[in-house]
Amino acid sequence: MNTEGDLTPVSEDIINPRDQLYRFHGGLVLPGHRDAVAALPVKVAGIPPQLVLPLKQHIGEAAECLVSPGERVLKGQMIAAPRGAISMPVHAPSSGAILAVEDRPVPHPSGLTAPCIIIETDGKDEWIEASRPCADYHQVPVDSLLQRIRDAGIVGLGGAGFPTQAKLAHRGPQGIGLLVINGAECEPYICCDNRLMQERAGEVLEGVRILQHILQPRHCIIAIEDHMPEAETAMRTALSTAAAENLRVVRVPEIYPTGGERQLIKVLTGREVPSQGFPADIGIICQNVGTAAAVYRAIVRDQPLISRIITVTGAGVREPRNLEVLIGTPFRHAIETCGGYSGEVDRLLMGGPMMGFAVTTDEVPVIKTTNCILAVTRDEIPPPPRPLPCIRCGKCTAVCPADLLPQQLYWYAHSGNLDAAQDYNLFDCIECGCCATVCPSHIPLVQYYRHAKAEIWDQEKQKKAADIARHRHEARLARLERARQERSRKLAERKKSLSGPADKAVDAKQAIIQAALERVRKKKEEADNAPKNTDNLTPEQQRMISEIEARRSDKKRPTEH
Amino acid sequence: MLTALLTLGTLAALIGLILGYAAIRFRVESDPIVEQIDALLPQTQCGQCSFAGCRPYAEAIAAGEADINQCPPGGENTIQALADLLGRDPKPLNPEHGAHTEKAVAFIHEELCIGCTLCIQACPVDAILGAPKQMHTVIAAECTGCKLCLPPCPVECIDMVPVPQTIASWVWPLPEIDTPAADADKVAEGTHG
Repeated sequence: MNTEGDLTPVSEDIINPRDQLYRFHGGLVLPGHRDAVAALPVKVAGIPPQLVLPLKQHIGEAAECLVSPGERVLKGQMIAAPRGAISMPVHAPSSGAILAVEDRPVPHPSGLTAPCIIIETDGKDEWIEASRPCADYHQVPVDSLLQRIRDAGIVGLGGAGFPTQAKLAHRGPQGIGLLVINGAECEPYICCDNRLMQERAGEVLEGVRILQHILQPRHCIIAIEDHMPEAETAMRTALSTAAAENLRVVRVPEIYPTGGERQLIKVLTGREVPSQGFPADIGIICQNVGTAAAVYRAIVRDQPLISRIITVTGAGVREPRNLEVLIGTPFRHAIETCGGYSGEVDRLLMGGPMMGFAVTTDEVPVIKTTNCILAVTRDEIPPPPRPLPCIRCGKCTAVCPADLLPQQLYWYAHSGNLDAAQDYNLFDCIECGCCATVCPSHIPLVQYYRHAKAEIWDQEKQKKAADIARHRHEARLARLERARQERSRKLAERKKSLSGPADKAVDAKQAIIQAALERVRKKKEEADNAPKNTDNLTPEQQRMISEIEARRSDKKRPTEH
Repeated sequence: MLTALLTLGTLAALIGLILGYAAIRFRVESDPIVEQIDALLPQTQCGQCSFAGCRPYAEAIAAGEADINQCPPGGENTIQALADLLGRDPKPLNPEHGAHTEKAVAFIHEELCIGCTLCIQACPVDAILGAPKQMHTVIAAECTGCKLCLPPCPVECIDMVPVPQTIASWVWPLPEIDTPAADADKVAEGTHG
């Protein structure tokens, strides 16, 4: 995809002074379905009776729960701490009591449950005391600004949910030349960033300035798609009050998926992010407008990420509009705030019609990466017809914005040839769904790619587990072998000591015993030979002794003969 | 004539020397086949293949003493991988060695455990923690599910518990309705595969 030549240090050519725009390969012009909703102001959804906060709402390690059931928490209090470098804390979006820490359904394509903290709200919405609001962030060192962004639990709000602090800290080999603020909301139905820019242009701009202060890029572009002139006007007005040479608003054409990080960079600079690389590798960082606004709130007001703007829409919703909801609000509460369901809802999606996924229940909560709740009816987006064989028409290749060969990827994913799929750059697929949309055979192509990716990750995980098991088994064998050698060495030593008197220590012992025996023998001899109690004898006794002696000598004599 | 012979002879000797030197100097140490086979085995160390662990089985395959279809934990995937590596035809798992089952990990019912340490001695990957007359427990993350701890337990306090599926272990399934393959796909396999 890209060559070494593109990895030269950041130069003026990526700055693109005359706002010349480029075109990425493929893409689609899709019907927007958003004008009516985008015209309505954001409504605050209010506090639901229960908030469900998954411990993992981001890419990386799940957070570690800090609270226990029964405990009272205040709005903005950290209730789960990050675990590891790529991890994010979770904060209480409103005050209340912890009801439970248990597995609940979460918005995930699997429909499985995951550990969540459930807060029973008390309606008081009582804030924890802001400990370090800061009006002038220029006085705060950059490292501590990054730490505050992490402490506030901010992740990329565009949809991927990568920890923002980690993204800002990864600078690449030659620093950052260009900061792109992504306001190119390209997926149909979704217009939450549009309303955010219209209503809170000042907050977004202030957040952008903080990001500029942290990254010190030479230039910064706020990219806005041309279907939202009101948002563009609002941003330009905000900018005019505090104009800066290195910060500009650029209008980009409405082509799906311009909002993709790589595609937007291509449109603005004509450069491609290396395959499997990061934009930072070519000196560019991309942040969503919602993320910028969250950074403003975290730094200036010391408020963690506890709410966001989402689009609740689709023909299955009575009054579709943009809502500001607390993180953890169940989908059902958000839909009820929009007048409830209307008609027969066929599927409930999190995200847009192209990249979103169906959830199995409306009990699942809004998480940090939820940008849209889409309730579609059967008439609106009919279920896809039965797939037919691939006729290799090449339409998918023509629309692929990542310049891949979707039909080859499909072929290898379908046949389970995962190595070949990787050779065709499977992992550069952004799962935008353009290929599946144009496919005349209605093949659910993206699902094949998602399956293949997941299968490859799973195999890698199993291989890692096997390597650990091998290592542990070998370590055990080595330990047993060591113990065996130790035992046989000790055995040999003992045998040696028993077999011969060669040992000096044994000799000395033997000598002592010998000497003792000698002494005893001598004493015994003396005791046997010398007559006892021979002093102070009476004459009578003396006479008896002589008689006995005489008798003895008489007895002895005949035996000698 | 003689000059030509001499020239050619000298050249041949010279080139021979260079080649001989290069063969020693730039010798490529190829991965021994046992290592490659061992890398494909699941490292359960269960001994169901009738060898005393994955490596001995790998050695037996390399020596031609064992077939490639004796590993129940690896199942079809391992057989396929071994067949690809060794250039043999894949064959179904030999039922003599057991059937492929989903992975389960050992679980010790701690209130029943008498602390005899027999299971600790049986575990091939040191995944059981305990001491004489102290309760034992299995480190689930390290357990390979080999079941070797089950027979020695005198009080039968060990169960195999299936590993529950979590979001982290979930794999996107293939589409429910399979896309039929057309002749065009077969052509593609021929040209690109």
